[in-house]
Amino acid sequence: MAKSKANSKAGRTTNERTVQPDDPALAVTVAGLHLRNPTMLASGILGISQDIFARLYRAGAGAIVSKSISIEPIEGYRNPTIVSLGSNSYLNAVGLANPGAEAFSKEIAPSRGIPIIVSLVGSSDKEFPPMVQKFDALGNVIGYEVNLSCPHVAKMGMEVGDDPEMVSRIVKAIKAGTRKPVIIKVGIGAADVVKIAKVAKESGADAITAINTIRAMTINIETGMPVLSNRIGGLSGAAIKPAAVRCVYEISKAGIPVIGCGGITTWEDAVEFILAGASAVQIGSAIGNRWIDVFAEIGAGIKKYLERKGMKNVMEISGLAHKY
Amino acid sequence: MPINIDINRIRVVIIDKIVHETPTVKTIVFKDRLSSEAKPGQFLMVWIPRGEELPMSVMVPDRKDKNNKDSAALTIRKHGYGSTLLFDKRPGDILGVRGPYGNEFKIGQNKKVLLVGGGTGLVPLMRLARKLNSNKIDTTIIIGARTKEEVFFERMANDLLRDTRHQVIVTTEDGSYGEKGYATDAMARLVDGGKQERSRKNAKFDCVYTCGPELMMKKVYDLAASASLPVQASLERYMKCGIGICSSCCIGDQLVCRDGTIYNERQLSTMAEFGRMYRDKSGRRVPY
Repeated sequence: MAKSKANSKAGRTTNERTVQPDDPALAVTVAGLHLRNPTMLASGILGISQDIFARLYRAGAGAIVSKSISIEPIEGYRNPTIVSLGSNSYLNAVGLANPGAEAFSKEIAPSRGIPIIVSLVGSSDKEFPPMVQKFDALGNVIGYEVNLSCPHVAKMGMEVGDDPEMVSRIVKAIKAGTRKPVIIKVGIGAADVVKIAKVAKESGADAITAINTIRAMTINIETGMPVLSNRIGGLSGAAIKPAAVRCVYEISKAGIPVIGCGGITTWEDAVEFILAGASAVQIGSAIGNRWIDVFAEIGAGIKKYLERKGMKNVMEISGLAHKY
Repeated sequence: MPINIDINRIRVVIIDKIVHETPTVKTIVFKDRLSSEAKPGQFLMVWIPRGEELPMSVMVPDRKDKNNKDSAALTIRKHGYGSTLLFDKRPGDILGVRGPYGNEFKIGQNKKVLLVGGGTGLVPLMRLARKLNSNKIDTTIIIGARTKEEVFFERMANDLLRDTRHQVIVTTEDGSYGEKGYATDAMARLVDGGKQERSRKNAKFDCVYTCGPELMMKKVYDLAASASLPVQASLERYMKCGIGICSSCCIGDQLVCRDGTIYNERQLSTMAEFGRMYRDKSGRRVPY
C-alpha cells in the first residue's frame, strides 16, 4: 500500500532515482514555455528554498512553481496548519506564509539553471507590478502564476478571484510590466470557474492553472474541535481530483491553455488530466505520500503509456477526451 | 487497532501523569503504542486542541511506573505560547499526536560513546541511552544546564544506563552544581589535548551524539571534528507539516522533518546554515 511505503521511507534520505527528465517524448509547450517534461511542482509545496528547488529539479520536475509571494513577508497562521485526512488527501490553512518579494528575489537570484515560475498573491492590482519588477530581470524566472484562488485568507486569493473585474485588472496590470508568460491559477469558488478563466484569457493571460484547493474543514470528533487553527482551509489531494479534471476539461474546451492541478498522485492521474486538455500537470500533495521520487515515477509512467499507445510526444494526447 | 495504521492521522491520547522535572520543565506521560515504539531521536507532532501543534521528541516513561506498557512521554520547557499551553495541561486532559517521524540515532559498531545534551535536547538522548544500555555500550553523557535548579534527567540517565559502564557528568554555567561551565567545556576536557587518539582502536570514544541549542551542537561538531570523531546531531527547525511538504524546516536542500532530524558529520559539513542561520515563520533566513 502506498501509505505504508511512504511511512517506511519517512525520515530517510531516499535514493532519488536517476531519470531522463529530458526525454523528447515528454517535452511540452505551454503558455509559450518549453518545458523538458510536463510535471511541475505545484505552488505552496516546498516552495521557498532555491536549494530545495535544485533537488526537485534533479529529481525530475519539469519546472518549479514557488510558494505564493506577497509584497511584504507573511508569517502565516498558527499550527495546526496542515492536516492529513488519509487517502492521499490533506487540509491546509498555512495562511500564505512567505518571505516576501524582496527576500525571495534574493533567494532565487543565483540561477543554477532551474526554471522557476514565481507565484504571486496580492489584494489588489496595485500590489503586483512592484513584485514583477523585482523578479523580471532574473533569467531563471520563466513566468508568473497568479494565485487568485487561495480559499482561506481574507482579501486575497479567492476573495479577489471571485470578482471578474478585479481579475481582469490584475491580469492587465501584470501583463503591462512583463513580456514573460502570465498564468492565472483558478479554483472552485462562488464564481463560475470557466467564466473567470475566460475573463483572465481575454485580459491577456497566457494560460490557466486549474485548480487550487477547495474551501473545506475537518473536526476532531473526540474533542468536538476544528483541527486547523484557522478552522477553515483548503482541501487538496486525491479527494479533489475529479472536480479538478472537470474544470480542466471545461476550461480547455473553451479553447484556453490549461495546466492541470489537483490530486495528481500517479502517472495515471497525470494522463487523465492531459486527456482532459491539460498541457502540463502540477504535483503537490502527492509528495507527502510518494516523496520526491514522484516526479520521475510520473514521467516514466507517461512515457510508457505513450509507447503503448503509439504516440511520439505527450502533447498528442492533450485534450483527446474532448471528442467523446 | 488496525495493523496498517496511518501515522499521519491525529491520534487522540489522554494524559496519564505529569512529572515536575524543574520549575519550568515537565514530563507528560500518555499511552500510545506507536509513540511508545518510537526510535531514539524520532519525534511526534503534538496537537494541543485549539492551541498549537508542536514537533516534540519522544521521551521514555519512567521504567519504575507500574502499568507503563505502551506508554510514551513528552518533556516540555515552557518558553512560548504553545509550550506554555502544553506545560499547563493536567492529567486527564486530551492531546493529539501523529508520527513518529524522522530518522534515528544509529549505534552501528560503536562501543564507547559520548552524549552531549542541553535542555530539552536531552530527550532524544534519553531514548538513545535506553538502547545503549540494552546493547551494553560504554556511555558518557554530559548534561548541560544554566544553574542547579534547571538540572534534570541526572537520575533518569543513571537509571537508564544502569546495566552498562557509564558516567553522567552535569555542568552548570554558574557552577552551582556539577562542573562549572558549558556542556561543551566538559566535552573539550574529555576529547581535547591529544587525549583523543587518532587511532580508532585507542580512541576514548567512537562517536558523539548531540541534541540541544544549535550553537551548542555546532561547538560539539567543531570539537569532534578537531578530534576526528564522528558525530550524530539532531537538528531543530520550525515545522508545520512534519511530512516534507511545507518546506518550513529546510536547511540547505534538506527537509529536517523527513530527511532528518539526525545528520552525521559528513552531512553537517555541507550545511552552510548549520550553526549560522535558520528560517523564520515567513521563510526568511535569520542569523543566529
